[in-house]
Amino acid sequence: MPKDHGIGASSKRREDVRFLTGTGNYTDDINVYGQAYVAFVRSDVAHGRIKSVDTAEAAAMPGVLRVFTGSDFEGVGSIPCGWQVTDRHGEPMKEPAHPVLAHGKVRHVGDPIAAVVAETLQEARDAAEAVMADIEELPAVVDMKAAVASSDTLVHDDIGTNLCYDWGFVEDNREAVDKAISEAAHVTTLELVNNRLVANPMEPRVAVGSYEAAGDMSTLYTTSQNPHVIRLLMGAFVLGIPEHKLRVVAPDVGGGFGTKIFHYAEEAFCTFAARALKRPVKWTSTRSEAFMSDAHGRDHVTKIELALDKDHNFTALRTETYANMGAYLSTFAPSVPTWLHGTLMAGNYKTPLIYVNVKAVFTNTVPVDAYRGAGRPEATFQLERVVDKAARELGVDPIELRRKNFITEFPYATPVAVEYDTGDYNATMDKLIEIADLANFETRRKESEGRGKLRGLGINSYIEACGIAPSNLVGQLGARAGLYESATVRVNATGSISVMTGSHSHGQGHETAFPQVVAEMLGIPEDMVEIVHGDTANTPMGMGTYGSRSLAVGGSAMVRATEKIINKAKKIAAHLLEASEADIELKDGAFSVAGTDKSVAWGDVTLAAYVPHNYPLEDIEPGLEETAFYDPSNFTYPSGAYCCEVEVDPDTGKVDVVAFAAADDFGNVVNPMIVEGQVHGGVAQGIGQALLENCAYDETGQLLSASYMDYAMPRADNVPMVTVDHSCQTPCTHNPLGVKGCGEAGAIGSPPAVINAVIDALQSGGHTHVTHIDMPATPNRVWAAMQG
Amino acid sequence: MTEVTMNVNGRKVTRSVRGNELLVEFLREQLRLTGTHVGCDTSQCGACCVHVNGELVKACTMFAAEADGAEVATIEGQANADGSLNVIQQAFQDYHGLQCGFCTPGMVMSAASLLKDNPKPTEEEIRHHLQGNICRCTGYHNIVRAIMAASGQETPAVAAE
Ligand code: FES
Ligand code: FES
Repeated sequence: MPKDHGIGASSKRREDVRFLTGTGNYTDDINVYGQAYVAFVRSDVAHGRIKSVDTAEAAAMPGVLRVFTGSDFEGVGSIPCGWQVTDRHGEPMKEPAHPVLAHGKVRHVGDPIAAVVAETLQEARDAAEAVMADIEELPAVVDMKAAVASSDTLVHDDIGTNLCYDWGFVEDNREAVDKAISEAAHVTTLELVNNRLVANPMEPRVAVGSYEAAGDMSTLYTTSQNPHVIRLLMGAFVLGIPEHKLRVVAPDVGGGFGTKIFHYAEEAFCTFAARALKRPVKWTSTRSEAFMSDAHGRDHVTKIELALDKDHNFTALRTETYANMGAYLSTFAPSVPTWLHGTLMAGNYKTPLIYVNVKAVFTNTVPVDAYRGAGRPEATFQLERVVDKAARELGVDPIELRRKNFITEFPYATPVAVEYDTGDYNATMDKLIEIADLANFETRRKESEGRGKLRGLGINSYIEACGIAPSNLVGQLGARAGLYESATVRVNATGSISVMTGSHSHGQGHETAFPQVVAEMLGIPEDMVEIVHGDTANTPMGMGTYGSRSLAVGGSAMVRATEKIINKAKKIAAHLLEASEADIELKDGAFSVAGTDKSVAWGDVTLAAYVPHNYPLEDIEPGLEETAFYDPSNFTYPSGAYCCEVEVDPDTGKVDVVAFAAADDFGNVVNPMIVEGQVHGGVAQGIGQALLENCAYDETGQLLSASYMDYAMPRADNVPMVTVDHSCQTPCTHNPLGVKGCGEAGAIGSPPAVINAVIDALQSGGHTHVTHIDMPATPNRVWAAMQG
Repeated sequence: MTEVTMNVNGRKVTRSVRGNELLVEFLREQLRLTGTHVGCDTSQCGACCVHVNGELVKACTMFAAEADGAEVATIEGQANADGSLNVIQQAFQDYHGLQCGFCTPGMVMSAASLLKDNPKPTEEEIRHHLQGNICRCTGYHNIVRAIMAASGQETPAVAAE
């Protein structure tokens, strides 16, 4: 029987009720009394020198309060980068300034040049049209290899190069890897592109800044995955506002997928302008603005070489990647192609020698940063594509080649600096074979062929590192932040509980899943526990939600705080029961004395804590509230095996995903319904990347895919039902819940499965020359590949 | 400015509107019915779906003035009279058909319109109908299941129940 409450139950989501009745509270639903509106004037050229910005006409227009330009931000800090990568020669990365409003030059289409604040949105927009920016257009750098080669066109003149860093990992392995590859019995080589994507949470970004002069207090309402991080970055580095004078609120947030982690210029602008004007100031992004101002994702170009011995053991792996940073360094951009990518290149395999080279490049494009999976989808795609290609070249079964090289003993220290605690890659592969009904694939292929379609089967494994992250480790790797999480468990007098968490829910269902954990630990109903999140004024400093970290890190903080509650409550119960603390047991919401029928209910203990009449005041303080900060000792390592079946129309090249199955190992699972929903959504995004989505620039740096007319989001009829399974569970060994995280797996594991399936379909149709197709595998690309 | 009168969720409202004021702006800003969302500026996402005189309409594609005299239904008016979730809303909760909730009002309005015309749609018909509603979170799997369930049909495929 599945559980109906607590850990392991598919509790229905309590947050759904407000979302289903239109009573959610998203940032754009917030209007602060007296607010004015912002419209940004954005560059329509990719690269240019700002000769002048004439704001006179705009400033005189109806309703306009003020027009701001870059010069208003002299003395204001640069938008900071939160991670410093050291290159393979020991030098720090190049770190150019990132002004709130462009100053001197514009560096990508969408770079904000000026901002109009007016009484109404309409007036702000009208006046923005009247701002005259005289910009001398410069040649743009768009192609990464050309950008590195070029010294006459520089995105940032003052740093003298378009190369942000040239990273080698593990640099000491380099020669050994080269030697192993030159001596290998077989080397499979693949050059591929991990296409640039736009995260596209359905809620566009919004910022509302306000300022109370009397208390010198600034408040920012923003669509963020991590309000405390924004408060620190914006307060300390950009605007110079101390934390106690700055409150950041991220209320209901309509999806994030990484792109709402980062600190953006618009947030700093609204906070700054509210102080300057003594008026609340609101900005709501249009979708068109989102395409040219939200950080993009992926955009890697890679050459990967896999060496095998005569028995098909992997002996070495070498990659060279160009990673696009865009025009400025977004908050965590430098970490994505390095520590979130290079460290995952072992995948599920015991390859003994690995060398990863990454050249991060500035171009005249929107900044690129973490998007669902962040570095790990790029690693998985390369690896699982090259393994598939190797199997084909060697004429061996792709599943058997994987199994032969699987890591089977744990803990396992990879040659790329991480230690996998647990996993069972054969178990998830076995489960996949079962749930995807691989035994009958040939029958299905014949059936498709009967309808004139080419059917292909794509399989892959994946591993990811989640639960980011041990603070002292990431500190050594260049992070300028700690990556612990926090929780305060406040037990109220009558026994109900408020949990203040530093994690942030923007679709993940924390308001439902977190209470399941606390309720299970205390033996009380889930509805006695409420989660409070998203407001720096009433939650402890926390790092927020991304990297599938909320339950593994934030949930662990909550467990630790609840343990402290239990310890104190037992002391109180011991006093009330006149027993020794060591004899007190907590079960089903009551404290009892072991071996007796003496007990006291949860609510009596909590009441005693706040009405301490009969209470050991000399030994313990009144009240029942505890805080814990949890810093993980390692990453967590979810893993699994995915299978995609496609049908390709040989006449048009159109690919349909006809079946998809995912067998994941997430360790322990708190709410299976929510976990499965995360996989469904991640897989749809992965299918989107593989077949539909592409953020395209032309050679002048114009953004070609700037709306839903040109950027193909997965729609309901583009994706299939997804068969999911998470019954293979090897619990994480180093966090108290044994959980690993499930938010990104779908997006990490699915793109190679889709492309492997497309290649298999074409090969089965006799197009044996087609060994790779870059994503997205559009009808055009597939058809062209078939023509040879 | 012109004056418009409409019946919104059974309540008669009269307001002055700008000539270029969109119905979605009118609902959100003038009536503070913020359940209807804006997800795009090219009429592609469906986050703004409402019913106008019983027809499914993207409220970003219609001027408020064009709805003068109309019956308008939004997500805020969908629950049962006693405040409980209606059949479609309840199915979305039961089948986990929403995550961040931003597309959800549009999805529910769109689903209601489908089921009015086609009380027992197939999976394919549901997916076809939802082409105009983008969800970035759910992968549509559970939205399709919720709509099947709301129409009293067996739901396809798996999930831990
Ligand atoms: S806001 Fe109306 S379709 Fe997107
Ligand atoms: S639930 Fe988030 S967009 Fe659909």
